[in-house]
Amino acid sequence: MPHAVAAPAVAPAALLQLESIGMAYGRPPRLFYALRDVNLKVAEGEFVCLVGPSGCGKSTLLRLVAGLLAPTEGRVRYRGEALSGVNPHAAIVFQTFALFPWLTVAENVEVALKARGMAAAARRERAQRLIEAVGLAGFENAYPRELSGGMRQKVGFARALAVEPELLCLDEPFSALDVLSAEALRGELLELWIRRAMPTRAILMVTHNIEEAVELADRIVVMAKDPGRVLTEVRVDLRQPRRRQDTAFQALADHVYAVVTGRTGTEAEVLGAAPGAPGATRKLPAARLEAIAGLVEKLAADGGRADLPRLAGEFGMELDDLMPLVEAAERLGLVRVEHGDLHLLALGRNYAEASIPVRKEILAGRVLRVPLVRWIYETLQRDDDQRIVRSFFVDALRNEFGDKADEQLDVAIDWGRHADLFAYDEDAVELYLES
Amino acid sequence: MRRLHFHIAFAPTPPLTLGDGLILLALAGLLYVGVRLALAAPATVTGAEISLAPQALPWYAAASIGRMSAAYALSLAFSLAYGYWAAHDRRAERVLMPLLDVLQSVPILSFLPVVLLSLSVVLPTNVAAEFAAIVLIFTSQAWNLAFSFYQSVKTVPRELREAAAGFGFGRWFRFKYVELPFAGLGLVWNSMMSWAGGWFFLMAAEMFTVGNRDFRLPGLGSYLQSAAHAGDLHAVLLGVAALVAVIVALDQLVWRPLLAWAQRFRLDSVEPAAAPHAWLRELLARAWLVERFRARIWYPWIERIDARWQRGPVARPLPAPAAQLGARALALFALVVAAAVYGGARAAQLLATLPAAAWMEISVGLGATLLRVCAALAIAAAWTIPVGLAIGTSPRLAAVLQPVAQVAASVPATALFPVVLLAVLHLPGGLDLSAVALMLLGTQWYLLFNVIAGTAAVPRELRDSAAMLKLAPAERWRVLWLPALFPYVVTGAITAVGGAWNASIVAEYVEFAGIPYFTVGIGATIARATAAGDYALLAGATLAMVVTVVLLNRLFWLRLYRLAEARFRLE
Repeated sequence: MPHAVAAPAVAPAALLQLESIGMAYGRPPRLFYALRDVNLKVAEGEFVCLVGPSGCGKSTLLRLVAGLLAPTEGRVRYRGEALSGVNPHAAIVFQTFALFPWLTVAENVEVALKARGMAAAARRERAQRLIEAVGLAGFENAYPRELSGGMRQKVGFARALAVEPELLCLDEPFSALDVLSAEALRGELLELWIRRAMPTRAILMVTHNIEEAVELADRIVVMAKDPGRVLTEVRVDLRQPRRRQDTAFQALADHVYAVVTGRTGTEAEVLGAAPGAPGATRKLPAARLEAIAGLVEKLAADGGRADLPRLAGEFGMELDDLMPLVEAAERLGLVRVEHGDLHLLALGRNYAEASIPVRKEILAGRVLRVPLVRWIYETLQRDDDQRIVRSFFVDALRNEFGDKADEQLDVAIDWGRHADLFAYDEDAVELYLES
Repeated sequence: MRRLHFHIAFAPTPPLTLGDGLILLALAGLLYVGVRLALAAPATVTGAEISLAPQALPWYAAASIGRMSAAYALSLAFSLAYGYWAAHDRRAERVLMPLLDVLQSVPILSFLPVVLLSLSVVLPTNVAAEFAAIVLIFTSQAWNLAFSFYQSVKTVPRELREAAAGFGFGRWFRFKYVELPFAGLGLVWNSMMSWAGGWFFLMAAEMFTVGNRDFRLPGLGSYLQSAAHAGDLHAVLLGVAALVAVIVALDQLVWRPLLAWAQRFRLDSVEPAAAPHAWLRELLARAWLVERFRARIWYPWIERIDARWQRGPVARPLPAPAAQLGARALALFALVVAAAVYGGARAAQLLATLPAAAWMEISVGLGATLLRVCAALAIAAAWTIPVGLAIGTSPRLAAVLQPVAQVAASVPATALFPVVLLAVLHLPGGLDLSAVALMLLGTQWYLLFNVIAGTAAVPRELRDSAAMLKLAPAERWRVLWLPALFPYVVTGAITAVGGAWNASIVAEYVEFAGIPYFTVGIGATIARATAAGDYALLAGATLAMVVTVVLLNRLFWLRLYRLAEARFRLE
C-alpha cells in the first residue's frame, strides 16, 4: 500500500528533503520572502499534496524540487545529494499542459525522450506504449489544438511518465479541466499509482482543491502566506478507494478547510504596519472594492454566517478566487473568518442595511484605517502640490513588496479612489488629493 | 502582398540616453573610416552595359532575385544570432537593443555613396557594387527581423520554458523545439515585410550614378532606369511587367506557402478561420521524391545533428540576472568607447574643415527635404484616411480594391521613379515634383494598410452607438474615427517617414539621359558631394541627416507613438 509507514528502527528512505528553504526577492535591507524556512521530507512510496491560499508559494516550492528554480536560502536534497540544476529524476505535469503546439502528440512525448539521448526506434516504441496507456491511441498524429483539455493533459501525463521519473511533480494538473475530465483523469492516475504500474517512487502534487488532496494524498502539507511557509501537515489514513460522501472523508476535508482558511487575528495583526514603519506591511488582497457589497449582502441574507467552500460554490467561484475578496472584507472589519466559516460583524450588518451614500461613508472610514492607504493619503497631504508622481510610491513600496509593488499600488489606488480619499491621473501618472 | 498593421518595436528606453550619444559617435567614426577609404576611390567607373532586349529580362530578373536572396539569407542569419544573444545575455542586451533601435531609424540610403566608394577601393568595381547592393538590402531587412526574433525569445511562455528545462533540453533543443518555432510566425511575417522593403533598395542600388562614376549592376532595376533614360516606353512597360510578375510569383510560390506552413507555430488553440492557401506545398508534400529524400537523407541527418548538439548542460529556464561587469568585459567596453571617441574626434576634425557656407547648405538642404517629407506625408494622409476608411467599413469595396492596392503596393517606388521622371522632368519644378512623388509612392501604402487595419479594429458596438446617437458626420469623425485611427496612422507614418528620408537620396539629384538635374535638399547635397569628390561635405551631410532623423524619431515620433498606444489603443 502507498502509505505503508516505515518501521521506526529503519530510517525512512527520504527521497526528497528540503532543508530550511528560503526564496527571497529584493535587496538585503528589505527582503521580500516568497518562501521562508520551509522544511519538508518526502519518502519513497508517498503521495504528498501541497495546499494553501494563492500566493503561499506552493508552485514555487514545486519548481524548487524540480530544480527549475534555485532557493536563495537552504538546500534541496535528493536521495541525500544536494540538488544543483534541473532534477534529472523528476518530471513535471503542468496546470496549463505546456505542450509544444507545433509538435504532434507523439512528437511531444518523444521529444522528452530524445532530449535524454534515446535512439529513434526505442523512443518511438515507448511513446506509443504510453500514448496507449493513457488512452490516446489513434491520436498520435494529432496536434494539441485538436484535442480537448482532458486529452491534452493526458499527453502531459504521457510525456512525464515516458521519462520514467522517480519523482512525479504535479502542478495543479486537474484544475484547468472540466469536472468530468478531471474526475476521470484523477481515477486513472490513482489506478496507475496504486497498482505500481509506473516506476514512479513518489508524487508531489500542488492543488487548491482540498477534496482532491484528501482523495489522493497520503499526507497533506498545508501552507500559509506572507511569507510562504509550512503551517502544518495532515496525514490521510483513509483506505482507497476513498469516497467523497463518506463521513470520515468529509470530516477530514472540513478539518483541512478550517486549517487553510484559518481565523481572523487581532486588528493590529489584520491590518499590519505602514510602509517604512516597524513591523511587517501586509499585502493588500487583489480585490476590487465594489464586489464587497455583493459578498456582505449575501452573508446578511444567509443569517450572518456561511461556510466558505459552500459560499464559493454558490458564487460559482473557486475558493481561491473568493479568498482575496473575503480577505478585503476582513481587513475592513466587515467580516471575521473562523474555522472555515465566514461571520458577519456588526459593522458589516450596518453596511448591509445602509443606503448607498452611507455605505460609501462606512467604507471610506475603514479604508483610511488600512496602513498602506493611509500612508499614501498622508504622504500626499504633506506634499506642497498634494500631487506626487506614481513612481515615487512604487519605489518606496519596492522595499516592502519587491516586484509586486506596482500591483499593490494599483490595489491601493483602487481602494483610495473608491473611498474618495485621493485620485489618480493616468495621463500624468500622478496621484493627487481632490480639493 | 498582404500587410497587416505594423507594430513598431521600440526598445523601452527613455528618449535620448547617453548610449545614443555613444552610438551616434561610433557611427560618425565609421563614416570617417568610410570617407577616408573613399578618398582613394577610382575617379571614373563604367558600369555594365544594360541591354534593353526583352530576352535579357529573365537573366536580369534572376540576377536581382539572387541579390535579394543573398541579402535575405545574410539578414536572417544575423537576426537569429543577434536576437538570440540579446535575449539570453542580460548584459549584452543593454547594449544591443538600444543599438538596434538607432540602427533602424538611420536612413540607410544616405550611406550608399560612402559604402560604394569605400568598397570600390578594396574590391573590383563590379564586385564592390554587388557587395554594396547586398549590404544595403541587408541593412534594410535585418533590424525588424532581429527585433522580432528577440521579442519572441523573450516572450516564450513561462510554462513552455519550464517544460523544456524540466525535460532536460539543452540550448540546441530549446532553440529548435521552443524558441525558433515560437518565433516562427513572426519571423515569416517580418520576412515578407523585409523582402518587400528590400526591393526598394535593390532598385536604387543597382544603378547609382554620380559624376563620372557609374555603378551599374545587371538587374531589373538597372533595366528600368536604362529604359527610362533611353525614353523607350515599350521597354519600361516590359520591365515593370517583369518586376510585377516576379514579385507576384515569389509571393505565390514562396511566401504564401511559407505563411501557410507557419500557421502551425501559432500558440492559440483556435484553428485559423481561413488557413492561407498553399497549393504548391500540398502538391510537393505528396511527391514521391520528396518523401524518399526525407526518409533517407533528411531525417537521419537531423537525427545525427540533434544527437551531437543535445549534449551539454540543461539550459536554465530563465536567463541569469545580469552580473557585475567582469574585468574583461569592462576592458572591451572601454576599448569600444575609446574607438568611438577617437573615430568621432577624427570625424569632427574632418568636419571642422568645412566652411560655414557648406554648413549653411546642409541646414537649408535639411529644411527643404524635411518640407518635402512633410508634404508627401500630408498628401498621403489626405487620401489614404478617407479611402482606407471606406475600404475598411465596406466589405464590398474591400473585395474589389484590396487586391488592387496590394499589387500596386508591391511595386517598389524606386522602380517607378525613372518612369515618373520621364513624365515630369520637363515641367517647371519637375524635380521637386518628382521627389515628392517618389516619397509619396513609397509612403502612402504603409498608411493605407494601417488605416484599413485600424478601421477593421473598431468594435462594431462603437460604430453602432455612434449611429444610434445620430452623430453628425463631422462629430463622428471627431469622437470616433480620428481617435480610433490615430495609433494606426502614427504607426504607419513612422514607417512611411523613414522611407521618405531614404527616397530623398535618389530623388533630389538625378542624372537622366546623361544630364544631371538637382534641386535643393540634403539628398542632393550628399549626391553632389559624392560626384565632386568633396568628402568632408559628404561626411557632414550624411551625419547631419542621420542625426536629424534619429532626433526626430526619438523626440517626436516616439512620443507620439507612446501617446497613441497609451491613450487610443482600442484593444
